[in-house]
Amino acid sequence: MKVRSDQFSRLSSEALQDEFLREALARANASFQDARGDAVDSMPDWEALRQQAHEIKNRAIENLPEALDAFEKNICSRGGEVHYCEDGAAARDTILSIIRSHDGSSVTKSKSMVTEEIALNDHLEAAGLSVLEGDLGEYIIQLAGEHPSHIIAPAIHKSREEVAELFHEHLGSDPKADIPELTRVAQRTLREAFLGADIGISGANFVVSETGTIVLVENEGNIRMSTTIPRVHIALVGIEKVVPRLEDLALLLRLLCRSATGQRVTSYISFISSARTPAEGDGPEKIYVVFLDAGRSRLWADPGQRAALNCIRCGACLNFCPVYGSVGGHSYGWVYPGPIGSVITPHFVGIEKASQLPQASSLCGRCAEVCPVKIPLPDMLLGLRAKAVEAGSAGIVERFSMRVFSLLGRSPRLWRFALACGRPVYKLVARAGLASVLGGPLRRWNRSRGLPLPQKQGFRSWWRAETKKGDVDD
Amino acid sequence: MSEGKRARIFITCLVDFLFPSVGRAMVKVLRHYGVELEFPSGQTCCGQPAFNAGFQGQAREVALHFLDVFEDSEAVVSPSGSCVAMVKEYYPGLFSEDEELKSRFDKLASRTWEFSQYLTEVLGVSDFPGSSSESLTWHDCCHSLRGLGIEEGPRKLLHSLEGADLRELEDSRECCGFGGLFSVKFDEISSQMLKNKLACIEKSGADCLVATDCSCLMHMAGGLEKTGSGIRTRHLAEVLAGALDEKAAGLQQEPAP
Repeated sequence: MKVRSDQFSRLSSEALQDEFLREALARANASFQDARGDAVDSMPDWEALRQQAHEIKNRAIENLPEALDAFEKNICSRGGEVHYCEDGAAARDTILSIIRSHDGSSVTKSKSMVTEEIALNDHLEAAGLSVLEGDLGEYIIQLAGEHPSHIIAPAIHKSREEVAELFHEHLGSDPKADIPELTRVAQRTLREAFLGADIGISGANFVVSETGTIVLVENEGNIRMSTTIPRVHIALVGIEKVVPRLEDLALLLRLLCRSATGQRVTSYISFISSARTPAEGDGPEKIYVVFLDAGRSRLWADPGQRAALNCIRCGACLNFCPVYGSVGGHSYGWVYPGPIGSVITPHFVGIEKASQLPQASSLCGRCAEVCPVKIPLPDMLLGLRAKAVEAGSAGIVERFSMRVFSLLGRSPRLWRFALACGRPVYKLVARAGLASVLGGPLRRWNRSRGLPLPQKQGFRSWWRAETKKGDVDD
Repeated sequence: MSEGKRARIFITCLVDFLFPSVGRAMVKVLRHYGVELEFPSGQTCCGQPAFNAGFQGQAREVALHFLDVFEDSEAVVSPSGSCVAMVKEYYPGLFSEDEELKSRFDKLASRTWEFSQYLTEVLGVSDFPGSSSESLTWHDCCHSLRGLGIEEGPRKLLHSLEGADLRELEDSRECCGFGGLFSVKFDEISSQMLKNKLACIEKSGADCLVATDCSCLMHMAGGLEKTGSGIRTRHLAEVLAGALDEKAAGLQQEPAP
């Protein structure tokens, strides 16, 4: 997918003008937050479970190479086939050649962010295949020619009216259809497609190494369809999705469902360990797992940032982020929005193409507070800011002011002198309302916020007058 | 309980430059409990602006100066959750490659307290001896709440004031949108977040908004001023110091028994 993350400022500014979007986000976030809140409140040991999940994922990621090997061995022993792809191009080619080797022509897909990463649909369509998204939200945005704006709720930015209009245009349904009717229309269309498809492509929420199992979590049943009806099932999986033991899932699935939608458990959870066995009536003839690296090894090799690979893509950090809540997912300019997007996008697409994202946070810390696997997202944003400075991406004015700041910060006399000179100048600016004339940061501040007037007597002179024994050095 | 307690106060650049009354109020409250205070005049800033902007080298230099000024303190107390979080949460990590320095910063971190934390956790105050005639509402500043775990302490103090009328602030845990340089680098997003916060403040119906951080208060006060709201903003220390005054004035008016 084309990267537009360097345009975050412009995209977010446009999004802020979109009143409908803001309302939709406010509504969605409020309901996500309430649902998660209730689900978490019903588990008194939530914090202890988060800590456990954090440790499980930490261990899994630490031992990633071994865990991947074990997974491969186990699924292959039952006839599965595993491919490793270094980047998106390799993954696209691998998937296309698998499809060709089976003479496939029609593909149904289950919701998968990693396929968005490699723009799989465009590639397959360009190769003459028909591709249909099976998840309702994904189907809506496929019809609209857009991309998901949320990790688990791809069409959260669309209103019922827009969807009705879209379905009317593409499927000939009633332009005033209500939500149940729209769902029925989609169901009819999708069901037919599932029945006729010869290739099913899914992502994976987890893969378990000790059993060689692909685990998929959903509510609509489209994943079950895509991975059961077609002759061939291809799972495209980020290498970070592997967990060592089946019993780890007992915890991770509980946390994932509650953090994502507030459900105790989703309607469907599929555990797929092989293609159809002779004793089974359903299922594909062949299963492929295509592992995608695309920046993940780079992230893995960076000890300060590796924890980002612990993410289980629940979307809670988005639902609680006031920045995402103001600007929506498309402003982030690539696949993954919100706090987790601001952390992983620079690693996946290159920091030079996404340098604004780590800056676009007030570091309020709500994301880390709700993350079910305790990823310290604000600390990682700070780490990325430091990397950006090291790479020389800060402007000359900022670099110069930070130098002056640190010089003053370690020289008390200069510091006091600067404060003493600064106060009258600032007072003049604030009193005379010069902020808007001067421009720069003061002006940007002053658009929606008044400037405080300094009080008459500074603290230091008050303290001097108040007490003589106070100074311990100087 | 606080007999013989000593503390050095760190008055943060923002308090020093714009809100010295907050520093004075903190001094008044701490002295009320008999804490012997020192103000090291060599103090400057905690270095957060550089650190948050990614300039870790510069932040390290300022941190070293802070260590120089405050290292041998019994306690360091400051009226700012975010500056204290800088010292406690981030200083040690900045020196993770130098064991000796890191352990000195760890020690400094363990002795550094945000004002309300010092009051409730070190001095053990839960009932504050004063009164308030205003209706108040409490905003949880992000770094105090999530960085330092300050949530119940200040609420208890405010509740304990005679005549206290503490109103619930909807979404009190939600950021006001300040975020240091974020507020000017992404001023439109920051302003949208502020707008949401101001709506909740207005809804609370309180006369006065109270919090632990002058930076967040400055942001919200600036917003309230622009919208022409009559709601005042005060730092917790100012409310408590004012409560002591109100109490004293009340006592004087009471007829002798």
